[in-house]
Amino acid sequence: MEPDPVGAPDGDAALTLHDITRRFPGVLANDRVSLSFRRGEIHALLGENGAGKSTLIGIVSGMVRPDSGSIEVAGRPVRITSPSAALRLGIGTVYQHVLLVPSLSVLENLMLGNPWWRTLDRAATSERFADLAELLSVRLSPDAPVGRLSLGEQQQVEIMRALWHGELVLFLDEPTSMLTPQGVEDLGVVMRRLRDHGVAIVFITHKLKEASDLADRISVLRQGRVVGEVTPGELSTMSPDAIIERVVAMMFGDDGKAGDLRATLVGDAAAPQSRQSAEAGVEPLLVLRGGRTAGQRGECALDGTDLEVRPGEIMGVAGVDGNGQKHLAEVLAGQRMMTTGSISLAGRDIGHLGVAGRRRLGVRYITDERLGEGTAPRHSLAINLVIKEIGSPQFWKGGITLWRRIHDHARNLIRTYSIVAPSERAPLAGLSGGNIQKVLLAREWTGDARLLVVSKPTYGLDLQNTRRARDWIKSIRGNRDTAIVVISNELEELIDVSHRIAVMERGRIAGIVKNRSGARTAIGRLMAGVGAA
Amino acid sequence: MDGLLSEAFIASLFFGAVTAGVPLLLAGLGEQVSEKAGVLNIGLEGMMLAGAFAGFAAAYATESFLAGFCAGILAGMAVALIMAVLCVVLGMNQIVVGIAITLGAEGVTALLHHVLYSRSYPRLSRVETWTIPGLADIPYVGAAFFDRNALIYIAFALTFFMIWVFRRTQAGLNLQAAGDAPAALDAAGVSVTITRFVSVLVTGCLGGLGGAYMATVGGGLFLPFMTGGAGFIAIVLAMLARGNPLWILFGAFLFGASLALTTALQVAGVNIPTDVIQMLPFAMVIVVLLLFARHSYLPPALGLPYQRGAR
Repeated sequence: MEPDPVGAPDGDAALTLHDITRRFPGVLANDRVSLSFRRGEIHALLGENGAGKSTLIGIVSGMVRPDSGSIEVAGRPVRITSPSAALRLGIGTVYQHVLLVPSLSVLENLMLGNPWWRTLDRAATSERFADLAELLSVRLSPDAPVGRLSLGEQQQVEIMRALWHGELVLFLDEPTSMLTPQGVEDLGVVMRRLRDHGVAIVFITHKLKEASDLADRISVLRQGRVVGEVTPGELSTMSPDAIIERVVAMMFGDDGKAGDLRATLVGDAAAPQSRQSAEAGVEPLLVLRGGRTAGQRGECALDGTDLEVRPGEIMGVAGVDGNGQKHLAEVLAGQRMMTTGSISLAGRDIGHLGVAGRRRLGVRYITDERLGEGTAPRHSLAINLVIKEIGSPQFWKGGITLWRRIHDHARNLIRTYSIVAPSERAPLAGLSGGNIQKVLLAREWTGDARLLVVSKPTYGLDLQNTRRARDWIKSIRGNRDTAIVVISNELEELIDVSHRIAVMERGRIAGIVKNRSGARTAIGRLMAGVGAA
Repeated sequence: MDGLLSEAFIASLFFGAVTAGVPLLLAGLGEQVSEKAGVLNIGLEGMMLAGAFAGFAAAYATESFLAGFCAGILAGMAVALIMAVLCVVLGMNQIVVGIAITLGAEGVTALLHHVLYSRSYPRLSRVETWTIPGLADIPYVGAAFFDRNALIYIAFALTFFMIWVFRRTQAGLNLQAAGDAPAALDAAGVSVTITRFVSVLVTGCLGGLGGAYMATVGGGLFLPFMTGGAGFIAIVLAMLARGNPLWILFGAFLFGASLALTTALQVAGVNIPTDVIQMLPFAMVIVVLLLFARHSYLPPALGLPYQRGAR
């Protein structure tokens, strides 16, 4: 697997793509993409949702075949026909979602993929494991079941597996999305070590800041095409701000909205002083005390959660996924009963009330499972807008559906929220993610809301829709009758919209931080389990 | 009731437990392989029935038990091939296909039996046994365990072979990954489709062998619908075994013993209605489920077709 400097036009190129094109029904996912990835270089690929990053990863990892174009590995033309072919060529991929078998140990996961007729060769595997552990400079117990490792550690195992058959090219698909700030830092260390060892590292992200911090070279994809590059020379001479301006211009073109999006991208949106709200003296509207729930295996339950939210306040809930956020949202919405603990809204105990009862009192929940528990995707947009009020006298009379009222109501909301849809009768599933999110916002944000719980408001949305959703949340804060809880694993988002930010860790609130300068550090420490600043 | 504790009664109970337990053991071990790989093979009953008919017909025609076993294996695998193509390759619903296969095999074997033998029920000659000198003379258990057809020894050995496969081989690792996290196996460069396809064929092979055993060593004759739910009991055993073949061995003989008890009690002339006695094995299934079902571990991807790239 040594590169062949004679045959290669660029001696350092580990992997070169020429004019790769891949079409899916109705979409040109990759349009004549040509890129070269060099040994000893961290190459960031930036792009919005739908820019073609995932298809590109699929092609180099053998999951997707290109329609046309050619690939060279170390100067030699190759065809990558399957995931195992990619691994044998020394092209390893770490996917966005962990692809390990949780019930198997670290070593066993690394042995997956050996010829099936062999017996398990623990000795040889341990040896290679030790080599790679040293190369990455990580400490992992080879016999620990992978399901018990933290997400950062699981990612280290994935990096080992990607490099198992050769250390030529390593693709990392949005590797930081599930990590704590500390985990991101550790990953940076590992990436630099591998780069210095001569690995070509390709790092796919939509977070501009990470790209400019970590990468030696940045390429930008838009609508399936490579639209620009920042070279190592430019990266070392330009100021961080200039780099960001340049990349944002590449990502979005000059459509005038770049400044706005830039704010979303780098997370320096609103000035903290604009959020001095909710004076400390005011009685809290929502009070949750000692909330505990029973969790199933693999779920994190609440373990004594306390939370108070004042009227007009946005309480952000931060934390790495899987620290009880899901249960917290469900407990507040009434979808899950607590085993112990109390919850009251405006001084009234609501612990015994289910979803319908709480909804009558003004509890609203915008779930992150938009197509799961959030909506009935095969039903019409109009029905989805009233789905939580089935049987209400406004739309039903004596069991008869008043379709005209439902459709009028839907047309109103479509206008107010500028939802893009063929008609109010169209099935919801046909709408884009951003528009489905608007449907949920429109349904939940009715005049009598007293408590609004929003879970991952921008999950899966592209930048423009992310911007819109955040602007919307900011537009409703300061409403004196309503307490708002925003749960998210995007720290930037919470810093953008919240008054205070609570950090969840293992089913408890590890601490609550006022959102002012320095909050980021304090939250980072809490998330990493270091304790309050 | 005097006869209940006599040596003859207990020895015949053990003998019957082994006779009735071995097909459950074989089929259960087979089902365990495909369940580990993520395929809930409801068609097992149909595979056993196909194996029973083919095994009997071949053994009757050639007067060789070995030919019967081979025919049973082939018939079981032929039925499994349908299941594998429809469920693993084409991704159809495993439960629907499995039920169809079982119902289809019931009809086809009954029809073939009618075509070949009309309304008669021919019997095979005596079972060939391998007697293990010395051990076969132990009171109570000697005749049950050490003076039997070769297939019974093979079934026992197979239990331990499967433990070795699951714990010590790449194939065992691939099976577990195919059921627990198929996308991870795929990313590691192993075809989930082939892994599952082969696992279903193994189930067919062992299910067919179990069926052939019932119609040759077990009964010496073929009756339509003769498996009588044994395939479903084997599915339950595989689901409760948490991936460990030893639990299948234990469970198979527990059920075998309760089936044998049914016969033994009737022979001993206990004054209980036969319908009640015949309920025993099925009551046992319910009791075992009540006791152990909470502890069952099923692969997360069990029953879900795998398609690369689909989330």
